[in-house]
Amino acid sequence: MLKIEGLGKTYKTGDKALSDVSFDIPKGEVLGLIGPSGAGKSTLIRCINRLVQPTTGKVLLNDLNITDLRTGELRRARRRIGMIFQEYALVERLTVMENVLSGRLGYVGFWRSFLRKYPAADIANAYRLLDRVGLMQHADKRADALSGGQRQRVGIARALAQDPELLLIDEPTASLDPKTSRQIMRLIVEICRERGLPAIINIHDVVLAQQFSDRIIGLQAGRVVFDGPPSELSEDALTLIYGAEDWTAMRKGADEDAAAEAEEQAEAAKMMSAL
Amino acid sequence: MSATEAQAPIWRHRTPKTRLAIWAGWLACVALFVWCWEMMTERTIWAFVYDAPVAANDLLGRAFPPKWGYIDSLLWPLWDTMNIATLGTLLGIVMAVPLAFLAASNTTPSRHILRPIALFLIVASRSINSLIWALLLVSILGPGILAGIIAIGLRSVGFIGKLLYEAIEETDVRQIEAVTATGASQAQILNYAIVPQVLPTFYGISVFRWDINIRESAILGLVGAGGIGLQLQASMSVLAWNQVSLILLVILGTVVVSEWVSAKVRHAII
Repeated sequence: MLKIEGLGKTYKTGDKALSDVSFDIPKGEVLGLIGPSGAGKSTLIRCINRLVQPTTGKVLLNDLNITDLRTGELRRARRRIGMIFQEYALVERLTVMENVLSGRLGYVGFWRSFLRKYPAADIANAYRLLDRVGLMQHADKRADALSGGQRQRVGIARALAQDPELLLIDEPTASLDPKTSRQIMRLIVEICRERGLPAIINIHDVVLAQQFSDRIIGLQAGRVVFDGPPSELSEDALTLIYGAEDWTAMRKGADEDAAAEAEEQAEAAKMMSAL
Repeated sequence: MSATEAQAPIWRHRTPKTRLAIWAGWLACVALFVWCWEMMTERTIWAFVYDAPVAANDLLGRAFPPKWGYIDSLLWPLWDTMNIATLGTLLGIVMAVPLAFLAASNTTPSRHILRPIALFLIVASRSINSLIWALLLVSILGPGILAGIIAIGLRSVGFIGKLLYEAIEETDVRQIEAVTATGASQAQILNYAIVPQVLPTFYGISVFRWDINIRESAILGLVGAGGIGLQLQASMSVLAWNQVSLILLVILGTVVVSEWVSAKVRHAII
């Protein structure tokens, strides 16, 4: 599905953000990308859709080498790669619907998009997606009128409107509270399962990453230092990625969070069945 | 006790050197002021200045009460003035918008050729006052409203262009990145990511410039470019001070109204 070979990026300032990163993702796999700030997580996912131009290596999406596509071909490749951003990156002054429909920009011509005359199928699909993320009644609100969690849902709907083959997700929970973070992560993973979509989730919260991904890659100073299932992410591995820290205490705290949340859900289920 | 006091480090806001420099600076300012005063007194005809209260009194006496009946012949020129301001602003907007996109470092198609040209045009327009543009245009196009409209337009290009390109450069990169990631073309990125972000600023700038242009177009008549300034010029040259005072009142009223309108519009869009 997606194959990354020897990817490297050196910025003009001389900072080496990535060196020799290689891995494959099969269809339907949710990959958690963890690592300390500045490890190159954001650069890595931006190299995949070339918001950042990699210096060396290849990115192959279904055997199509994205790294040397020209402008027009790159646009066609980008529309098959949905991206969800840290702090949502919605166009604040457009409505929720316009933001979702902007996921179709790669498919419609300029005048159609300028006049907001999207094909009926695109509009029907946009409504379906808004319904899926639970924002049906907010379609005509301006994006800046929504709460953080709602905005991220719009971001998810926009990425899905592209009808993507791959999702790139950059710190989806960075500005959300713990509960909303879990809800958003759960929604993303559910959607990936429904559609058999592979996803790369760049995330700094180790516990969330372990809970929601099928596989974890740990980056440290631009290199892959861990690649394996979440169950193998031992304390030694975490120390290798982040440096020494008391990992048991952190996990215990997170377990308590998860337990509290499970309890809350059980309560809600009980109330629902009582009705 | 006294030992610790003696050892306590002495803190001063400025070093002795900076204090000396600041003193020297103030001294230079005083010297300059005295020198300028000397120059001024040397070249002033003091007889006229001593006479000023009498002259001012005389002028005010002739100016009041304003000649209210003269208003009939002011309405058309006033309408002309408004048209000069409004059409001139529109002309300025039409020219400034493409220039601003060429001049903004994040939207310019060519950083080394078109951007410097656009920046130069913006600076050139700003550096020349609209009265001077009008003087030039009256000698090219002859007197009349057209010269006034173009003069106002040419001066507005720089103002609107500069503020707009700064707004374009300050747009949020993440929103642009997000739209780019969907596979949008350059034109679509402009339409979906950049235009929505600068639109409120753009309306604000345009209305503000229109408000300034109402004031500027009122004096363009002084050099023959149409509008109420023509009447002002005519009345002043025949020393009809009661007409002049009425014209000034009319201009004041118009400016107050335009300022009110522009404040309302800006409030509504931001």
